[in-house]
Amino acid sequence: MSSIELKHIVKKYGDGFPAVNDVNLDIKDGEFVILVGPSGCGKSTLLRMIVGLEDITSGEMEIDGKRVNDLAPRDRNLAMVFQNYALYPHLTVFENIAFPLRLQKGKHSNEEIDKKVRDASAMLELDEHLERKPGNLSGGQRQRVAMGRAIVREADAFLFDEPLSNLDAKLRGQMRTEIARMQRRLGITTVYVTHDQTEAMTLGDRVCVLKRGILQQVASPRELYEQPTNLFVAGFIGSPPMNFLPAKVEGNSLKLPFVDVPLDGPLAEKVKGKDIVIVGLRPEHLKDTTVETGPEHSVKFNAVVDQTEWLGNEQYAYIPYEADGAVRDQLEELDRDLDGEGLRTQMIVNLDPRSRVLEGDEAQLAFNPASMHVFDPQSGDNLTRDDARAAEIAADSEKMRKAALERARKRDAEQAEKSA
Amino acid sequence: METNISTKAKNGLGVVSIVIMIWTVIPLLWILATSLKSDAALGDSSKNVLGNFWPKDISWDNYKLIFSGGASDLFMPALWHSIIVCVVSTVISVVLATFCAYAISRLDFPGKKLILTTALAVSFFPVIAMVTPLFNLWRQIGLFDTLPGLIIPYLALTLPLSIWILSAFFQQIPWEMEQAAQVDGATSWQAFVKVVAPLAAPGVFTTAIIAFFTAWNDFVFSSNLTAQHAQTVPAALSFFTGASQFVQPTGAICAAAVVVTIPVVILVLVFQKRIVAGLTSGAVKG
Repeated sequence: MSSIELKHIVKKYGDGFPAVNDVNLDIKDGEFVILVGPSGCGKSTLLRMIVGLEDITSGEMEIDGKRVNDLAPRDRNLAMVFQNYALYPHLTVFENIAFPLRLQKGKHSNEEIDKKVRDASAMLELDEHLERKPGNLSGGQRQRVAMGRAIVREADAFLFDEPLSNLDAKLRGQMRTEIARMQRRLGITTVYVTHDQTEAMTLGDRVCVLKRGILQQVASPRELYEQPTNLFVAGFIGSPPMNFLPAKVEGNSLKLPFVDVPLDGPLAEKVKGKDIVIVGLRPEHLKDTTVETGPEHSVKFNAVVDQTEWLGNEQYAYIPYEADGAVRDQLEELDRDLDGEGLRTQMIVNLDPRSRVLEGDEAQLAFNPASMHVFDPQSGDNLTRDDARAAEIAADSEKMRKAALERARKRDAEQAEKSA
Repeated sequence: METNISTKAKNGLGVVSIVIMIWTVIPLLWILATSLKSDAALGDSSKNVLGNFWPKDISWDNYKLIFSGGASDLFMPALWHSIIVCVVSTVISVVLATFCAYAISRLDFPGKKLILTTALAVSFFPVIAMVTPLFNLWRQIGLFDTLPGLIIPYLALTLPLSIWILSAFFQQIPWEMEQAAQVDGATSWQAFVKVVAPLAAPGVFTTAIIAFFTAWNDFVFSSNLTAQHAQTVPAALSFFTGASQFVQPTGAICAAAVVVTIPVVILVLVFQKRIVAGLTSGAVKG
């Protein structure tokens, strides 16, 4: 149980390139924090600096208020799960889990080690595999052994480095919930690195979005989704991703590729003095008016659908459009930042599965202008971000986190009482 | 591994490998057969079967000669010298090479490339070119005809080889293994002893055996840098004499050759699995 504090952390490699640049982060006791971003954003480097496998170029790293910059990994009392598990192939599962305990010479008797290992293996359902070697286990079992090795330590915090990326999709979903359950039950501070935004959204109390070594936004998943601070965060969070449409400001209306949106009060104020802005519209905020009634005050328009994908519970429609020259570079750069392939510009619409729109059809769509995010094309800042609302969401998520933690601890205590 | 080889190709490969096996085994069998021939049988083909190959009456005289007879003064000490020199130089070479290779594959320090290139360059020199200067030097500093006087050149011979093989091995062990151990609370030394060394064991075995063979089979150094007190078996064989100057000591030499081959064969058989695992895992880039 401890808090981790990062102050102005910088990591520069030999060539002077800052892989991590001026990161400030305050991880509270028992919090589940996710570091997320596209490949090469410095998230793994940051995690390895926390655990001590990577030197810190400048800045302060504190665990429980104690400066740990110069401590070796073994003195930081953190447990880490590696992407490739890094199990010791010459040891049995039991010895793998017992390894950190055996290193603390004289601290645990053999009976104690045996008990701790068996507790951990029972929790992770590894009991029947204890005598096997890691080489004979499946991917999911290896993953659980790696977690077992982290649990027995009773470390101050857990660090996960993309622990699920080597598993297949179904197992990944199961292990994801397993990790969430374990973290709540143990109530232990956790830092988790991933490039998968589903993992980020579902697991994290707070999510840190990184781009090229710079922290973009630290917030609860809900706040990231509803109130992103900039173009990058907006494009990274959400699946399918947010649509970015170039829009011209002309008098009292905003000219989008398919429709003109009337500019009213606060929005007009925010875009004043700009000729062109980028409008972000989530696919799920567009509705097919033939099967569902559009939201209130909605703007209606027709567009030709190029391609549809029906998935049972939802349906995607793709509508190509021409990006305006002035913002095309900006959008292309964003696409590169998000590991995109720079393909055609198209709008994705998340339709109701009942919708009968087919390829080549003209769809009747509607959306509420209030659901639009408007971004400054130069800086990428979100002009429509509502700070008051964001603070409200943050406070709410924090309250929920504390409640969940409290509940988990109470339940744990009850169970301990029962078994006693 | 590809297994879709046609039956025809398989048969072809089988025939070829049998030919190669016969090609390599016949000289060894011939030595064995010769060592079992009596002096008379050596010069008279009518006392042998299979066209002078196998003796009709097996004689153990040659073995008696080298173990307890006239040649034992020469052979028995030489056998001891061989064992001591080879074991000591193998152990030192493997231990040193393990540390060196670990440092080369894991740590970043100036002169890393230099060490590897030097190690390779040293093994390029023909052994015979080093013998004469060494002979003069050894005589002056008193290492001539001593066991250390042989162990040192053998180290020079086996170390470069061991360093190269072992650094290839260490490079295959994922970095994360060690980092995991460090996070788990191990010091660098504990991580090395408990995680890296066990994983490198096949490599260490392979290296040890190769180093041992290199020293065991050496003739040039042993015959030139020793007289009596440190002579090893390959050199001693060349000093065998027959019963008279008209009798060649062929039988005794063959018997001694068989005796010195036995430890090698035993070593290979015992560690066969490990060597094979070691050789293949060393060959594949990890």
